[in-house]
Amino acid sequence: MRFTPEANEALARAGFSRRTFLKGAGVLLVGFSAAAVGERTGLAQGPFGTQDRRVARQLDSWLAIGADGRVTAYTGKCELGQGMFTVQTQLVAEELSVALHRVHLIQCDTALTPDQGTTSGSQSTPTNFNHRNLAQAAATAREALVGMAARKLGVPASGLALEDGVIHAKETPAKRVTYAQLVGGRKFELEVSDTAKRRPASEWTVLGKPIGRIGLPEIATGQFEYVHNVHVPGMLHGQVVRPPTVGAALAGVDEHSVSGLPGFVKLVVRKNFVGVVCEKPWQAIQAARALKATWTPGPPLPPQAQLYERLRSQQPSRDTLVVDSGDVDRTLAQAATVLKATYLYPYQMHGSMGTSCAVADVSHGKATVWSPTQSAYPTRSGVAMLLGMAVDDVHVIFKQGAGCYGLNGADTVSYDAALLSQAVGRPVRIQLTRKDEMVWENFGYAYVLDQRVGVDAGGTIVAWDCETWSPTRGNRPGYGRPGNVITGFLAGFEPEPFDARAATPPTRFRNGANAAPSYVAGCAGGTCDGAGTVRSERVLAHQVASPFFTGPLRSPSRLQNTFAHESMMDEVAAHLKADPVAFRLKHLSDPRLADVVKAAARRAGWDARPSPRPGNPRTGVVHGRGIACVAYEGDNGYSALVAEVEVDQDTGRITVTRFVAGQDCGPISNPDGMRNQIEGGALQGMSRVLGEAVTWDEEKVTSLDWRSYHSLPVGIRVPVFESELLNRTDVPATGAGETVITIAAAAIGNAVFDATGARLREAPFTPERVRAALAAR
Amino acid sequence: MPLSLVVNGRPHSVDVDPSTPLLYVLSDDLRLRGPKFGCGLGQCGACTVIVRGQAIRSCVTPVRLMAGAEITTLEGLGSPEKPHPIQQAFIDEQAAQCGFCLNAVIMTAKAFLDQHPTASDEEIRSAFANVLCRCFTHTRLMKAIDRYRRGLGGPAAGDQARGR
Repeated sequence: MRFTPEANEALARAGFSRRTFLKGAGVLLVGFSAAAVGERTGLAQGPFGTQDRRVARQLDSWLAIGADGRVTAYTGKCELGQGMFTVQTQLVAEELSVALHRVHLIQCDTALTPDQGTTSGSQSTPTNFNHRNLAQAAATAREALVGMAARKLGVPASGLALEDGVIHAKETPAKRVTYAQLVGGRKFELEVSDTAKRRPASEWTVLGKPIGRIGLPEIATGQFEYVHNVHVPGMLHGQVVRPPTVGAALAGVDEHSVSGLPGFVKLVVRKNFVGVVCEKPWQAIQAARALKATWTPGPPLPPQAQLYERLRSQQPSRDTLVVDSGDVDRTLAQAATVLKATYLYPYQMHGSMGTSCAVADVSHGKATVWSPTQSAYPTRSGVAMLLGMAVDDVHVIFKQGAGCYGLNGADTVSYDAALLSQAVGRPVRIQLTRKDEMVWENFGYAYVLDQRVGVDAGGTIVAWDCETWSPTRGNRPGYGRPGNVITGFLAGFEPEPFDARAATPPTRFRNGANAAPSYVAGCAGGTCDGAGTVRSERVLAHQVASPFFTGPLRSPSRLQNTFAHESMMDEVAAHLKADPVAFRLKHLSDPRLADVVKAAARRAGWDARPSPRPGNPRTGVVHGRGIACVAYEGDNGYSALVAEVEVDQDTGRITVTRFVAGQDCGPISNPDGMRNQIEGGALQGMSRVLGEAVTWDEEKVTSLDWRSYHSLPVGIRVPVFESELLNRTDVPATGAGETVITIAAAAIGNAVFDATGARLREAPFTPERVRAALAAR
Repeated sequence: MPLSLVVNGRPHSVDVDPSTPLLYVLSDDLRLRGPKFGCGLGQCGACTVIVRGQAIRSCVTPVRLMAGAEITTLEGLGSPEKPHPIQQAFIDEQAAQCGFCLNAVIMTAKAFLDQHPTASDEEIRSAFANVLCRCFTHTRLMKAIDRYRRGLGGPAAGDQARGR
């Protein structure tokens, strides 16, 4: 560990009225005013503070060399548990040829860091590790330092070498100058260069290495400061009182029911937003429970048993033709065989391990919010709208929360804290209850997916037709829609309106949601950008209004679509008695995707033969293997996953015994970090497909704790795990956090089919559903 | 009336509602960062502390029941500079993503393995039947637990499986 938690905190608060800043090698904390930042600390960076979303072109927005020679880097992509803090530190250390511990990374602070939108969508690596943004800024700084050293030392740039913050002449090492001597404490005053050369991967000594997670020793010893641990002097504690049912409106609230409780400070009501503020956290929880409020119920919820049928027929709908060759019906009519299947996927939740928490201090016309949001700048805008303040008067400081996997309660709890603090004029901390987190988060999308695949007499797929339906409401709030999450909505802001739209023929093929299977050619506008060979193709996606808030749960839509595509591919292969790996390769045109399929199969010792496995008995425990693959978002990471399962045909229980992954995400920034993401992704995907589903009755969500929402515990039989990483340094870096989770469901379902001959088309694969599928064989 | 607690070897006197769950006293009054609020229902393990050698869930334990008791939290085991062997095992195995579950996993494992140093894989799994990790770092968590078990002289992972 290179910073103490106090130092981390100090850094995050730098540039902000009377704050502290880490200086020197230890934990010397120096108080200073914002105006004196540069002078007192040798830090050249001024407050960034841009309101628009221009890409930061000024090198000084990204990097500063301190008077002590330390490198401070500023990023808008934050640590969510995916390792982004560590790899970005590696990146800067590598490009500037300094030791890892000499880089201080400041992440996601609206007073300090560039506005990089949201840390999401497997975009942090593509955004900051290719030839732009943080990586290119670091390359620019290196080039600038070398140029300055060349002039100072009278040695041509080609004759200079860099080593841990010192530039020296290769011929006469005594001719040397430090970064601090060249620019320490001063601004570069340069634009980020498009032509500055990155360090070639072949020469990397820090990037590309399995560097341990920065901060892990502090986490493992209880020293790390999560947002949950932020304490501000004078801080009070809040809780919210959400409506008892979905869509209920506040009719009345009886303040006397809580006003006499110990520690009670204030009841806060704003339209349908209700909260309490108390002196202590336990008092706030008791007050929230005791508050007597009456609510007018909303319309009844659609019966859960009818969800999928309703999605198909619900109007209005927003329709998107992802690809349409115009001849699918004709080709299917002429095909030797047409296979049809429908796949179903439930609403699921992020269900963070720690419920969401934020601290806000709204006083004297300014607001500061310590937030676990993935979207510091957008959250600043949302808070400003809710509080009726100017954006520039709101400061959002990212503090790491529990793993979020998309849009958990992080944004909404930041709004909660801000509203409560504004009402009392003092700092307020709120951590949601488990129920408030689970019932009101933005769920991952439910899906209905119809597949029709035509095959010719020679066993080649000639047409693929896919039509899907999924419900949506709200989403990330972005810069202007606080009503996209529950708190903003309750406080009077509307979610993004649901715009009905008829489908129009696509002018270009984009597979960002993996709506199209990897096996289609993806032809539109005169080019074919798909990963496969099937040229008669149609993918039509319908979105309809959801009664629940929805949002991007890890691999949003991509996972559900790929579950259906990769299961269907397996059905076709089985029908044709073809080996699932060979049959996939036969229909793939993208060599990177084909390569990961081959790599996973080779590493797994793939048993090449058709499924189901011959000779398996129809009772008792049987074994099988399955594979699935994806070109994530079309071109943002390539993965294949082999699953080996054990199925108890008497109980319907599935146990995954082994996972083998193959992955190509371009140049690997940290192989151990990537393995960690692959392992976690596969197991999270396994938990989601084996047991997770949001449930509800006629008026409310009923999956509200860990008894009613089923997450596989640490005490399961953990599958043996192997990962084959293809490190390709000749292509851009892609995301790697959502690839393998996307294919876990299909790999497991395909393995169950191999073991039993029963096809699972509805997630989650509960023992009851497995037994039903076995009985239907 | 103030309550006396001994936390990580240090005596504390806290003046709180005696029905307050221990977790709030530890994290709010004593500002400890190890035990965490995960569910408030005793279902996930995030709030685990060790009392008399047993892992208990502080989010559902009223503080009045802890009067005079010696409580050990995650920070009571070791420090970043000098981690306890079980903490070192998690660092060595890089067994974390967001890390929010580590308190649950380390404290549960320590209490269990210190009492059952020769526990089998199956017995360890039972001890973790109600411990969650939503990043699903399970593979590494179990490797770290196994590393600590080997340090105690227990069997290596998979010995039981191989023996069957």
